[in-house]
Amino acid sequence: MRAYRADLHVHTVLSACAEIEMIPPLIVEEARLKGLDIIAITDHNATGNAIAVREAAAEAHRRGETELTVLLGMELQTREEVDLLCIFDTPEVLEAWQSIVDEQLLPMPNDPERFGPQYVVDREGTLVREDPRLLQAPAMVGLEEAVDQVQSMGGLAIPAHIDRQHNGLMAMLGLWPAGLNVDAAEISPNMRPSQARQAFNSIPEHVALVSHSDAHWLDWIGHVMTIYELHNRPTVTTLRQALRGIEGQRAYVP
Amino acid sequence: MKAREIVEQLGWQVLAGADHLENEVSGGYAADLLSCVMAGAEAGHLWITLQTHTNIVAVASLLGISAIVVAEGAPVPADTVQKAEQQEMPLVSSPDPVYQTIAQLIKLGI
Repeated sequence: MRAYRADLHVHTVLSACAEIEMIPPLIVEEARLKGLDIIAITDHNATGNAIAVREAAAEAHRRGETELTVLLGMELQTREEVDLLCIFDTPEVLEAWQSIVDEQLLPMPNDPERFGPQYVVDREGTLVREDPRLLQAPAMVGLEEAVDQVQSMGGLAIPAHIDRQHNGLMAMLGLWPAGLNVDAAEISPNMRPSQARQAFNSIPEHVALVSHSDAHWLDWIGHVMTIYELHNRPTVTTLRQALRGIEGQRAYVP
Repeated sequence: MKAREIVEQLGWQVLAGADHLENEVSGGYAADLLSCVMAGAEAGHLWITLQTHTNIVAVASLLGISAIVVAEGAPVPADTVQKAEQQEMPLVSSPDPVYQTIAQLIKLGI
């Protein structure tokens, strides 16, 4: 059994609100400095930089610098304006998910002056193109529908920062939706899991609570993390086993 | 004024709970964040909103809301309508935006 230090909520320059320093080589280096074993790239309604970060980690691995696992994801904003982390293992599934989300995005353009630019970059952080869509607006897919779809594609569905007023599940929906079948719920750095259990007693006991950085700039990467104790190397499947406490594996906020 | 009279006068469509519109309406509350509604809306109120997630039924029932008024003719998912029918929670649709919907209610003295 090994303990893996995971930050599954990291943004890149593809998120309008993220700092310009959030490019693949710097993200990988920061994760290394912070002693992280796993990160997930989760930009708002977009996945265009996730593979570039994985490639940057592969480069660093070739140079013997790190064994960082990069999972490929998105921070979806649902129709109810609830943020949901959607995390996958492979580029193929990631692309399929992005196609589904693309159809649900509102046809509004981003305003880089007002909201910030949305850059797709390569593994070195060189600009490939700007994404012109308003990625921070909600996608017209419902929460339950998104969770079901993500899981049917083998991904992890984790509502983000549920305790936060802005786009947090508890603020938007008041109560934990009955029968919501997510893999875990993410709390923000503002709460410890024990406080969240007390504050939100509609969350079923069996739903694991996790916490990550939601990093929009480098310093924030890994400032909050979740430990996954696994028998095997980290994948979406093994992380899910840990979240369910299968075969002695577990996930917890240190 | 009873919920039924208001709905009839303003020509709103009843989506669910048509048999449960006899309660007296004591006032109104408008918000889309359910956590705010849970803190601010009172029993007997009309609740005007654009939120259509099924949780609106649970929250409205918990609080003793007279009727949920979905504004702007926003489409309400089938599972929300079903839940409202099940919970005997009146769910009505106003074709006007929230602001104008409330203006009409104020004119009626709600």
